[in-house]
Amino acid sequence: MSVATQEATPAAAKPAKKKTRRGPEHRPGLNRWLPYLLLAPAVLAELLIHIIPMVVGIWMSFIKLTKFFIANWSAAPSAGLNNYKVALDFNNAVGEGLLKSFGVTVAFSLITVALSWVLGMAAAVALQPPFRGRGIIRTFFLVPYALPAYAGILTWNFMLQRDTGAVNHVLNQLHLSDGRTFWLIGSNALVSLITVATWKLWTFAFLTLMAGLQSIPGDLYEAASVDGAGNIRQWRNITLPSLRPVNLVLVLVLFLWTFSDFNTPYVLFGTAQPPAGDLITFHIYNASFLTWNFGTGAAMSVLLLIFLMIVTGAYLLVTGRRSRRA
Amino acid sequence: MRETQGFKIYRGVVLTVLGLFVLVPLYVMITSSLKPLKDVQGAFSWWPSNLTLTPFVDMWKTVPLARYFVNSTIVSVSATVFSVAIAILAAFAVSRFRFRGRTAFTTTVLSTQMFPGVLFLLPLFLIFVNINNSFGLQLVGTRLGLIITYLTFSLPFSIWMLAGYFDSIPRELDEAALVDGCGPMGALWRVVLPAARPGVIAVAIYSFMTAWGEVLFASVMTTEANRTLSVGLRQYSTQTNIYWNQIMAAALVVSVPVVIGFLLAQRHFVAGVTAGAVK
Amino acid sequence: MRLRSFVAAVAATAMGISLAACGGGDKNDSSGGGSGGDQTLTYWASNQGTSLDNDKEVLTPVLQKFTQDTGIKVNLEVIGWNDLQTRIQTAITSGQAPDVVNIGNTWAASLQATDAFLPFDGDAMTAIGGKDKFVPTALATGGKEGTDPTSVPLYGLAYGLYYNKAMFAAAGLQPPKTWEEMVTDARKLTVPAKKQWGMALAAGSYTENVHFAFINAAQNKADWFDADGKPTFTGDGNVQGVLRYLDLMQKDKVANPSNAQYDNGTKSVNDFATKKVAMVINQNNADSSIVANGMKAGEYGVVPFPAPAGAEQVASHVAGINLSVFKNTKHKDAALKFVKYMTDATTQTTLGKPFSSLPVLKDAKPVFTTDAAEAATFQDVYNTKSKPLPLVPAEDQFESTVGKAMNSMFAKIATGGTVTADDVKAALKTAQDQVAAGS
Repeated sequence: MSVATQEATPAAAKPAKKKTRRGPEHRPGLNRWLPYLLLAPAVLAELLIHIIPMVVGIWMSFIKLTKFFIANWSAAPSAGLNNYKVALDFNNAVGEGLLKSFGVTVAFSLITVALSWVLGMAAAVALQPPFRGRGIIRTFFLVPYALPAYAGILTWNFMLQRDTGAVNHVLNQLHLSDGRTFWLIGSNALVSLITVATWKLWTFAFLTLMAGLQSIPGDLYEAASVDGAGNIRQWRNITLPSLRPVNLVLVLVLFLWTFSDFNTPYVLFGTAQPPAGDLITFHIYNASFLTWNFGTGAAMSVLLLIFLMIVTGAYLLVTGRRSRRA
Repeated sequence: MRETQGFKIYRGVVLTVLGLFVLVPLYVMITSSLKPLKDVQGAFSWWPSNLTLTPFVDMWKTVPLARYFVNSTIVSVSATVFSVAIAILAAFAVSRFRFRGRTAFTTTVLSTQMFPGVLFLLPLFLIFVNINNSFGLQLVGTRLGLIITYLTFSLPFSIWMLAGYFDSIPRELDEAALVDGCGPMGALWRVVLPAARPGVIAVAIYSFMTAWGEVLFASVMTTEANRTLSVGLRQYSTQTNIYWNQIMAAALVVSVPVVIGFLLAQRHFVAGVTAGAVK
Repeated sequence: MRLRSFVAAVAATAMGISLAACGGGDKNDSSGGGSGGDQTLTYWASNQGTSLDNDKEVLTPVLQKFTQDTGIKVNLEVIGWNDLQTRIQTAITSGQAPDVVNIGNTWAASLQATDAFLPFDGDAMTAIGGKDKFVPTALATGGKEGTDPTSVPLYGLAYGLYYNKAMFAAAGLQPPKTWEEMVTDARKLTVPAKKQWGMALAAGSYTENVHFAFINAAQNKADWFDADGKPTFTGDGNVQGVLRYLDLMQKDKVANPSNAQYDNGTKSVNDFATKKVAMVINQNNADSSIVANGMKAGEYGVVPFPAPAGAEQVASHVAGINLSVFKNTKHKDAALKFVKYMTDATTQTTLGKPFSSLPVLKDAKPVFTTDAAEAATFQDVYNTKSKPLPLVPAEDQFESTVGKAMNSMFAKIATGGTVTADDVKAALKTAQDQVAAGS
């Protein structure tokens, strides 16, 4: 990783040397253009990878891009709003499937975000006062986040096998079940999905909240202690309000990540995805690639994007207004 | 917080439960990688009764893991280098200049963070194909295509985090540098960057991890020649067998460099996240 | 329309290119080779052996011989089944395709609909040795009925019922000739005390499941599409056929509910090879897996997958791998020569054993096993007791929708639920609606 920073800086430095010689302060024209020059590479990359593909994706949602036209897709006929009609007709099998998948995804995101936040907060508070071994435990807790997603999910897949998995073995040993529970099919699939996603995500919440806790001045707590406030009240009156800006961003980021999580269902279930684990991006991926209907798939993606934008907008609006009032 | 008896109990419970939650999968991964195939196919056991290192030897043969490793390394390192460089420039502009379009830029870039990957998977593929057809620049099935894609994935978060970090560096420092005869770029290079080193490291780690772990685009954009680890590991389940012990061994080997790198630099990551989040 | 052209214009200006230039045929990076004799073909082979490497080892000498004979080099890439369909899709979309590719033969009609593959019309068919050399049912899988096929058979496969000879002998049983006998035997061989089950099913694999939906329905003389290519999933024969197969786990209880998680045939074959189950229904390429997992050649026997007494004698779909040439190949003649070479008698004999495949040629003898009885059984099933999957463009959707519906029903059974004929009908109705909406 240090390679990265060493490599990165000379690139930024080159124009600097030139200008130092010439004395830039006497060239207001350059200064006016400098920010745009600095932004240019980022703008280009964003255009190429995010913006233009998104525009093309929106265009695709208005054409009939099925297997009959995929080899010559510029000749695909216009579909008008048909792709959207199919995706939104909830009395029809395709629309119904999308709606179900949306419901599963909402449940999955809300529970996963809530669990991750609670666990992250619990651990961050537990590790707030220094004690011996704190550093080691903190480092250890970060491992799931550092692990490449697929490596962790593959391990969970192995653990959630019915006959050979560790999860059933443990439950059986603890006499909590007969050790024959299915975790990757049927309705338990959602439980598994939430567990695996939380395993990976809570450490990010922990990391962020822990960093936030460090920036709270210690004398706030001391003053509260002198006033006789207990730990729970201190947490409610000092910790929570101080973490508010962190929480606002954290919850939004966690939600956006979980709502469009593709890796977890894809690696956990492979081709045999159960309806209870049919998260929406995975659903769209299958709708596109398994049935070759890329137009409908694109329409579903656009709908998903609109939904996420509305939720984010509403979230920012509500939280922004509340903090202004506060 | 005072360390009351109640707090100590709370801490004990939380750390034990979460510790087990984190530990068990890691333990299973490690011990299963040391079991012969027969044992991982049978009922689960906590303690490997027949320890063996053969999965770590065989895994290189069952799947061309070494090639995937090289591909992942080249792709991730390059994406990181470019992403960090581009993010530094952009974040500096956002943090230190007031210019027309600044808000538009930051809003747009941040909002791309919420684009679901499936939305632009196929379009991006088609655009790459067009670029190839028009300019002869091969982007599909090459490492270059993946590098360009991945560097952009981490860009929004990196710019946002770095801009927050740069904001936390007092402007008086730049102004002092400007007075000393440095240009704005000189100020960036001599003052802001050194002060923002932890943030830069954090961004680099984030970019690297994003590229190293990406699955969706790798599943469509790679061919045998440029396949990365994220999709390569799936090939341990072949037509005749599922080599769970080798999967676990490979997952372990693939994770070790990233985990070590991250843990070594986690201090900076934490600092970087805070600077970004508290902004 | 206006939006579309606007967007196209934006995209085109931004990239400095014209969208019209991006059809399929605009491939300017041919995979090497020029106008001279120095030609190189790119060939995507599917995973047939025990690993991708194993496939490469088997194919390399065969391809070298082709190069020696013709001077045409072949650039080989072996692709696993997880990736093959996506890779073919992206190749079709981008036009950056290999010259020759292996496809699962059930995809033939769907892939034909994309218009990206070379039809084997009169001339092309003559160039590869004429259509008369192939087993007719095998060639029939090459594309929609009444059209020039866009693929020709390469490796033949068929389902058979594998049974453990020792377990049958110990229980004093004969291998079954009808469905009813199979169920009775399986019940007797299901011994919970020994953790032994009568059968193993790949009940979590939608591709395996859909094959059995098809075969069981075919035994009931039911079809999945009518003459116009419209889905007819909810017919009584289809519903009863699906239910009969589900009942192996539900009513007859001869399969471990765990099987609902078996997401590919490998897992059920492993159970058979490790003697946890007495029977497994699999294609003949199971032989290599069975032996690789420790069972010896003489320990198992094979009979045709039986139909209920009095039903249509369909024991398999015409399974296997076909060979297709991409239309935009720059090396059409070389590609055809290659197809001819891969489907000639010598090559078929060389590859038949390592890939456990049945010959797709009329007069060829199967070489995948030394067990003469087994070879004869499979050859008989392939040539006379098998029916191709629906040869319609929507075949791929049939596979994914019906197969996944069966996955869910098996999951329901395994987790303690009940699936009635009405449930099956409702599930097939949903699948049918999905197919109708997609086409």
